[in-house]
Amino acid sequence: MSMLEIKDLKVNYGGIEALKGISFRVEEGEIVTLIGANGAGKSTTLRAIMRVVTSGGGSIFFEGEEITSMDTQKIVNKGIVLVPEGRRVFPNLTVLENLKIGAYLRADQAGIDKDIEHVYSLFPRLKERHWQMAGTLSGGEQQMLAVGRALMAKPRLIMMDEPSLGLAPLVVKDIFSIIRRIHDEGVTVLLIEQNANAALKIANRGYVMETGRVTLTGTGEELLNDQSVREAYLGKSK
Amino acid sequence: MSLTTFLQHCLTGISLGGAYALIAIGYTMVYGILRLINFAHGDIFMMAGYFMVFAVSSMPWPIAIVVVIVGTIILGVAIERAAYKPLRSSPRMSIMISAIGMSYFLQNLATYLFSALPRAYPEIPLLKRIFQIGDLSASLVTFVTPVLTVLLVIVLMSIINHTKAGMAMRAVSKDFETSQLMGIKINNVISMTFVIGSALAAVGSILYFTDRMSVTPFSGALPGLKCFVAAVLGGIGSIPGAVVGGFLIGICETFLVALGYSTFSDAFTFLLLIVMLLLRPTGLFGEKITDKV
Repeated sequence: MSMLEIKDLKVNYGGIEALKGISFRVEEGEIVTLIGANGAGKSTTLRAIMRVVTSGGGSIFFEGEEITSMDTQKIVNKGIVLVPEGRRVFPNLTVLENLKIGAYLRADQAGIDKDIEHVYSLFPRLKERHWQMAGTLSGGEQQMLAVGRALMAKPRLIMMDEPSLGLAPLVVKDIFSIIRRIHDEGVTVLLIEQNANAALKIANRGYVMETGRVTLTGTGEELLNDQSVREAYLGKSK
Repeated sequence: MSLTTFLQHCLTGISLGGAYALIAIGYTMVYGILRLINFAHGDIFMMAGYFMVFAVSSMPWPIAIVVVIVGTIILGVAIERAAYKPLRSSPRMSIMISAIGMSYFLQNLATYLFSALPRAYPEIPLLKRIFQIGDLSASLVTFVTPVLTVLLVIVLMSIINHTKAGMAMRAVSKDFETSQLMGIKINNVISMTFVIGSALAAVGSILYFTDRMSVTPFSGALPGLKCFVAAVLGGIGSIPGAVVGGFLIGICETFLVALGYSTFSDAFTFLLLIVMLLLRPTGLFGEKITDKV
């Protein structure tokens, strides 16, 4: 049984078919990446899994249970979180409050306090700035906060939408090493990236999406060496 | 104007302002979450007046006050469910029009049910008792209103700043979708906003009408608009702003009446709105934009 299984998922946005029936799966303990150009439907896929957009057909299973039409709240409770594109930290809440709101559905105060310390150990910068309004953080810090906030829900599957978007190369390196570390701690990762090279390097498996369809799949290694992927996404010919 | 009369007018103004402030909070909170001017809010306040008329006639006043507050909360939440919730994903103008429709609906419903003739507002003997401090004398309600207002605002601010529910409200006011991703139920947070706004409007209505002695179906229209101005003046979306705006308008209005310009007191309120929008559109305490990309 796969941890996450998507079967023939379709999404329509006001008459435009953003997803034309995609299928893929994520096994427990994997890092899986979806790569593809802008508008391929990667973000839509993640948002449909969280049910912040409604799907127009197909089904989504998490650990064997159908979650296609479940409330977002229940899905979060099942252990799936999304780190949204563009970070989307709450600018009017402090860093600490942003972390606390990530644990919104949890009631175990002791566990929450422990996890805040854990997030601080992953991102010491957040501890230094815990009293600041999140809107005043730099882009990289906001991304760290968004990841930390997601971890506060104690997820089993963390989905990240373009975590490296708009960040300085050094920060991008940090983000990828954090993704690896989260994965080492036992969280399954579904990663969307335009930085296909970096994503495929850390991924067990990858799927290539084009205009609402999955067109290619393979292990990270295979896709890195695939001629068409190299030309389209890695900017290397031959 | 002697010092005593000056202080006397100050007291009256602060008291009126307190009632305005309580109503203005309802406007500013709903705007903060939904970006909607709830034009029906003044009429919810009027309905609370009628609830009091009927409640007091059949039960002792302390229980009646509780019944009025609960009834007003139910009305406020029901209006949100019926008139605003179905339009959640529509353009903002549609909800605004729905709110204006709801306002007229309530006025006409009240006219139909209770007739347009003024109804005597029940007197709560305790609130009407005359108190004397030095040369100043006023009924207890005049003293109670500003104190109660400030107390309620302190309670409200600490709920918003220091509880989990308050944190969820602040989050939802910035970003619906991300709040949802945290597991927050947006509709519950919105209902909660209407619960607080309506409860404060109910308290405001008791304090306001006790001084005015009668209710008509249109008693909510003008105070409603003035409180909306108060909310804009303070910076819509900001609760302390709404409170300051409410007091400011209450005091200005009272002094204009005292100086013999009662004909212009309403006009002055709206003049204040125009001047404010021209000079400082975000109001006194308007949201500063701290977003950094």
